[in-house]
Amino acid sequence: MQATRDMIGIYALLLAIGLPIVMAWPLAALERWVRGAIGWIAALMGLAGLGALLLLVPGLGETPSRVLELDWVPSLGLRLAFRIDGLSLTFAITIAAVGSLVLLYAGDYLKGHPHRGRFIGFLSLFLGAMQGLVLVDSIVGLYAFWELTSLASFLLIGFDADRQAARRGAIQALVVTGIGGLALLAGGVTLALVTGSWQLSGATASLVASPAFPLLAALFLLAATTKSAQVPFHFWLPNAMEAPTPVSALLHSATMVQAGVYLVLRLSSVMSGGIWWNGTLMVLGALTLAWGAFGAFRETDLKQVLAQTTIASLGLLMLLAGIGSELALAAALIYFVAHALYKAALFLVVGGIDHGTGTRDITSLRGLREPMSLSFIAALMAGAAMLGVPPLLGFWAKEEMYKAAALPDMAMIAALAVLVLGNVLLGAVGLLLAIRPFMGVQLATPKLPHEAPWGMIAGPLLLGIAGLALALLPGEVERLLAPALAAVAPAAKPFHMPRGIDLIGVPFLLSMLTWALAMVAYRLFNPMRIGLNKALRRVPSLDRGFDRAYFGLVRLAGAVTRLLHHGRLEIAMLTIFVMLAAAVLLPLALADGWPLRPNWPDLRLEEWGVMALAVAGVVTVVFAPGRLMAILALGIQGTAVSLIFLLFGAPDLGFTQFMVEILSVVILGLVMTRLKLEGRDPRPMEDWLRDGSVALVAGGAVTLLLLRVLETPLDPRLSDFFNENSAALAHGKNIVNVILVDFRGLDTLGEISVVMAAGIAVLALIRVARSAKPVPAAAPVPEPEAEAEAEPDKPKRARRRSPA
Amino acid sequence: MNSLIFRTVAPFLTAVMLAFSIFVLLRGHNEPGGGFIGGLIAASALAIYGMALGPDVARKALRVHPLVIAAAGLLIAILSGMMSLAYDVPFLTGLWAEFNMGRDVLTLSTPMLFDFGVYLVVVGAVASMVLGLEDNEEESP
Repeated sequence: MQATRDMIGIYALLLAIGLPIVMAWPLAALERWVRGAIGWIAALMGLAGLGALLLLVPGLGETPSRVLELDWVPSLGLRLAFRIDGLSLTFAITIAAVGSLVLLYAGDYLKGHPHRGRFIGFLSLFLGAMQGLVLVDSIVGLYAFWELTSLASFLLIGFDADRQAARRGAIQALVVTGIGGLALLAGGVTLALVTGSWQLSGATASLVASPAFPLLAALFLLAATTKSAQVPFHFWLPNAMEAPTPVSALLHSATMVQAGVYLVLRLSSVMSGGIWWNGTLMVLGALTLAWGAFGAFRETDLKQVLAQTTIASLGLLMLLAGIGSELALAAALIYFVAHALYKAALFLVVGGIDHGTGTRDITSLRGLREPMSLSFIAALMAGAAMLGVPPLLGFWAKEEMYKAAALPDMAMIAALAVLVLGNVLLGAVGLLLAIRPFMGVQLATPKLPHEAPWGMIAGPLLLGIAGLALALLPGEVERLLAPALAAVAPAAKPFHMPRGIDLIGVPFLLSMLTWALAMVAYRLFNPMRIGLNKALRRVPSLDRGFDRAYFGLVRLAGAVTRLLHHGRLEIAMLTIFVMLAAAVLLPLALADGWPLRPNWPDLRLEEWGVMALAVAGVVTVVFAPGRLMAILALGIQGTAVSLIFLLFGAPDLGFTQFMVEILSVVILGLVMTRLKLEGRDPRPMEDWLRDGSVALVAGGAVTLLLLRVLETPLDPRLSDFFNENSAALAHGKNIVNVILVDFRGLDTLGEISVVMAAGIAVLALIRVARSAKPVPAAAPVPEPEAEAEAEPDKPKRARRRSPA
Repeated sequence: MNSLIFRTVAPFLTAVMLAFSIFVLLRGHNEPGGGFIGGLIAASALAIYGMALGPDVARKALRVHPLVIAAAGLLIAILSGMMSLAYDVPFLTGLWAEFNMGRDVLTLSTPMLFDFGVYLVVVGAVASMVLGLEDNEEESP
């Protein structure tokens, strides 16, 4: 029995996580052949994952939570483990259901778009990453999937990459959630150090008393609040609305932004109880709820309205998680499911309206109930769920959260007030979306209103029906949410869905108050919008600060680049030699001590002759009147050095050095003619002094270093090893060559790759210099100059560097 | 380079140097020499040829672009290292084969092949630089 369950678990993981990630590219390629059917195919793939996940629900109470472990990086002791418990399955099943319908929807929504296949592929990749995020148990795996969702959402939000706003929204989302990702990594590592386990399930005892608790709370909360768009990081979410509607429907209902909620719920069994955790969550959650709920009234674009309500709902979930009681956590779980269903449905309906009428502006949409009757039904169901009307799931979520907060305590009363306020405003928005565009007299719209194709209607209708069905089948919901609550709050009493309404209880009275006030707010939508926009215009947001920081960073990078890559060869050389001298002299002066005075060398006459040749070469280089003579003298000096190598028993080195010297002379001579340098090289006195003194200091430093090195006794172990083994192991008597091609073959492979790259680079520079050269023609050709003005450092740098 | 003597001698000099470079390459395993030195000698030979007869003639004589030679060398070096995979030993492990040729024993090995790759990379890369720089002389008035 156990073994069968494990097998089902493994298949479910492969279908839910592996399949969408692996299929991302094939789906993108497949679109070319199957055209419109791509949405159905992708949805089928999503449904396979959903089915497999549903099969796991019956065994939730009994099976051990971990089902699949595999070695990931064995040398680091990393194992990839997945955990299937109530919480991960609640999220995974919701994600799979919403995701499948969104895939289906996207196939029709992007009909005729040249990159529809790519879009479906990105969605699929995102879906797999998100499933991995909620199902994985390894801390490193959690981080990897977390970042993968950020990357995939970057691709999705910036899908219309031609538009600047889309690019900005994508970069903003990536940067903000990326900061959170780093915090998650740091928090995960801290957690692993505290608990001694690299699995999340390794944290079993409460961490509140741990000295690392404030740090852990800060890091994990930073991760969760950036991902879940809590104040003050809420600004990225509305900008992410630049994405095509299916993306918004997926990212801002059940996935992406819910990753932060998942993280908080997942950790609440060990983190809940400390003021750092619960207090921060309650304050941020309440602020976010209020900000988003009021923000929804400031917008007229339907998608922006929904974006603000998503911010509010995320705040609500965080607030509930912050309250942290059994009832509050249960309410959070119900609300998560209810919200995912109705929010995805509303986004999809809005996409349908946009598709059918050509506008999303609420002030110009009226009377669509006739031409878009199916959308109207879907919007009614979703809007009613948002308002919390029985018997929909949204109603029970609201009842539960009021029950959780109805306590005689100052903090709780405040939380309850914020919850009621939030629900009133969200409910009013629900009414607004369900009624306003569909009732009344039809207005003229850019397109003649028409119903969307089946693929785009099926999603919102099914999601609405699911919201109703789940509320009518409390027993089925319990099978999933009871284990989920047990995972979040291990000490909790068994969870039961509420089955009857207590007509005189506080929660229901508050519900009736909510409805009444929501009706009022709905009536006052227009005056409230104008008033709120006037009142809140001056509230500072990080949105503009983000731009300032972002472009400031770009400018800083540019300034640093210009400082270091100024393109002036003489300054670059000067920097290199000054640094060299410092790097050699400082350790000698501070740590190692200066060399003793060396003994006068005992050399034979011909050896003295070679030395004299080398010195003569150097002196000629310095005092030569023309460049060509200096180059030749440099060659003479190098040849003398290679002779020294020969004389003192390094024939290979001498041989190579000799060839290098010859080629250097040839190449330097060619460069000189190539650059049309003048034969003479006069320099001002101060340059002469500066360069000369730097050269003397650097040369003296290297000499001192070599003398110091020679004072230490030679360690013969390496030479002995090569002497012994060169012939025995590598069948060669020339040790130098055997080292090059056999013992240290990998190094040589790296070196020849560098030689190859240098060859390509030099050729490229020569070509660049050739094309940048002004062509002598009848008319003056201003092009290189114009280019030089636009990009001050580029062409100059290329021309200057070519001699190197 | 308009010296008649230089232009007449250069092809012979190049041929001798190329032959010598291969000699140096092959003796490298037991005597001073090897791929780096051989490659530098061959590159100098090509530089001489290019200087005497013009880089276009030199390029035509090579038939392929010098960088192609370098790339082929890199490929040969990598492949010689990968041959060890067939024997389930680490990358770049030397493999040796001896053939009895009657009087002598011919020894072939992957390090030799590797050295040949080094030789080609050095020839190709240096020759492409030199010939590229020589190009300009043609253009200059």
